[in-house]
Amino acid sequence: MSENILEVRGLLKYFESSGGVIGRKRQTIKAVGGVDISVGIGETVGLVGESGCGKTTVGRTILKLYEPTAGSIIFQGQDITKFSNSKMKPLRAQMQIIFQDPYSSLNPRHTVGDIVASSFYIHKLTPEGGIKKTVQELLERVGLNPEHINRFPHEFSGGQRQRIGIARAIAIRPKFIVADEPVSALDVSIQAQIVNLLDDLQKEYGLSYLFVAHDLSVVQHISDRVVVMYLGKVMEVAQTQALFQSPHHPYTKALLSAVPIPDPAIERSRERIILNGDLPSPANPPTGCVFNTRCWKAQDKCRSVAPQLLQVGASQVACHFPE
Amino acid sequence: MSHLLEVKNLSVSFPTDDGLVQATDDLSFHLDLGETLAIVGESGCGKSVSSMAIMGLHNPKSTQISGQVLINTVLGRTDVITASSEEVRKLRGGTVSMIFQDPMSALHPYFTVGDQISEAWLLHNDGTKSDARKKTIEMLDLVGIPDAKSRVDSYPHQFSGGMRQRVMIGMALINQPKILIADEPTTALDVTVQSQILMLLKEMQREFNMAVILITHDLGVVAEVADRVNVMYAGRLVEEGGVNEIYRNPVHPYTIGLLASVPRVDQAHGTRLKTIPGQPPSLISLPSGCAFEPRCEFAKYVPGEICKVTRPEVELKLIDHHARCHLTAQEVRSHL
Repeated sequence: MSENILEVRGLLKYFESSGGVIGRKRQTIKAVGGVDISVGIGETVGLVGESGCGKTTVGRTILKLYEPTAGSIIFQGQDITKFSNSKMKPLRAQMQIIFQDPYSSLNPRHTVGDIVASSFYIHKLTPEGGIKKTVQELLERVGLNPEHINRFPHEFSGGQRQRIGIARAIAIRPKFIVADEPVSALDVSIQAQIVNLLDDLQKEYGLSYLFVAHDLSVVQHISDRVVVMYLGKVMEVAQTQALFQSPHHPYTKALLSAVPIPDPAIERSRERIILNGDLPSPANPPTGCVFNTRCWKAQDKCRSVAPQLLQVGASQVACHFPE
Repeated sequence: MSHLLEVKNLSVSFPTDDGLVQATDDLSFHLDLGETLAIVGESGCGKSVSSMAIMGLHNPKSTQISGQVLINTVLGRTDVITASSEEVRKLRGGTVSMIFQDPMSALHPYFTVGDQISEAWLLHNDGTKSDARKKTIEMLDLVGIPDAKSRVDSYPHQFSGGMRQRVMIGMALINQPKILIADEPTTALDVTVQSQILMLLKEMQREFNMAVILITHDLGVVAEVADRVNVMYAGRLVEEGGVNEIYRNPVHPYTIGLLASVPRVDQAHGTRLKTIPGQPPSLISLPSGCAFEPRCEFAKYVPGEICKVTRPEVELKLIDHHARCHLTAQEVRSHL
């Protein structure tokens, strides 16, 4: 499809755990087990799931920060799956990432100016008006004082650091940004500021986002389309409105019902689906549907045959017995 | 009748090289048997510091504490601030117990969970090690650890995050406390596990008739479990009232802003989030007037420089509903 900036087909990413000195058995962690995702131009796709579902690995593999085990990644019509680092470099100017932790993702020994300008140095670009002026404009754009260009990261609060990370990501005008839990380390009042900033920047620069997060309320706020993952597999894909109003996959349903709503009257009258147990280990995922160990609708078929992602109503659902 | 717990004018501050950090300032509240009080606020608002004061956990050498923390039990009244460390130790883990955000760092990795829970029981009860083990297995069973008889000999790393939090809850409840302080008990957990743990806490509260202080930044969790809510900002209590009151008729501008800035799953997609401009003040150099004034959208309705200069006191604004603001409830709500 030409209107998609990103097209991922059958993405597989396995990690080998090391043997260790005491001779522990080598294990294969199946972090991502065959994922299809597409992101349209100017679109925000939310990628949600609980910890260990592989959402971060998907984001990083798309940017080729990890080598994919199998599958294909097509970025702006180009198959980049097998691209070497040197071939990736010019493309990296088009694709950027914003990290979750605003503390560990900024080099404490570099000034804010150097951090934000790093892409200019790496790609040997000189923006119009010079690097310093551009960096100051960027700082101002993300809501920081341009006079603070010579300060170090420790002089800023968590929310301000996240703004620095955003300024760095948009500095060379990328087309596509993977935002990996960009607001989950922030307080609510600051979180809202950053969500709105990401919204504004998208409109201004025509950005496409892959928004990776575990917080469904933030995802529903910012995304056009949502992909729900569980244990390395896609469970459901739908337009945001459709997904939140009529979830078809039992897991999506349970996940939505678990999100607390800040209203005591609604909260106390809700039917809540409580899932039993925990996420199984990705080293040894259940056979058949990966969700079958916690699903209240699971039958023999679910334990033997892995469901395909099929059209159900307006959504795509991987379930033998969709709601 | 006196309350189970009364905190009166509690101030905790830490002297540092950069100056005095005023972590909580003139904090007063109370707690009754069987109720759940939520303390809400953002990082650095003093919610954890005040709960540590209730547990008597502050190091007196590096902390300045004033005020009273009164715990009333059948055995009499104790002021945790002035009591001897021996007396406080008897309360801690007995009458008052606590669970923490991160169960992995709160459990000792070298000992089995059974040993750790038994130790807590033996500290407060006369009995043999095998009595303690029996109690521990009962407790693990109660908090929903499957196959408790064999899991009692497992180490913390052999449990998942949710199961570890169940172990923590079991350890906190082994001496049937009257007050349980839960400091961000579900923040490190996934939502589906969070609902399991919140349900368990509610069941345990009923089972032991405990009062629970729930410390959290998650307004959704508060709406689900709290009876009363304290909202804190920059070390001060800014609003206090019943949970329905706080969510339906918030009267402090900070609470209003906080509630409006939370994205909700039941909200229409694509609406713009309301924000509170700016960021919380440094606790070293708090404004002399209202701590929220620099970010407050309502300060302009107060004549003159009152908000900048004079610190508001906690006043009754509506029925059973207090706030620290120079405006009346009617004035605030007329400008919404």
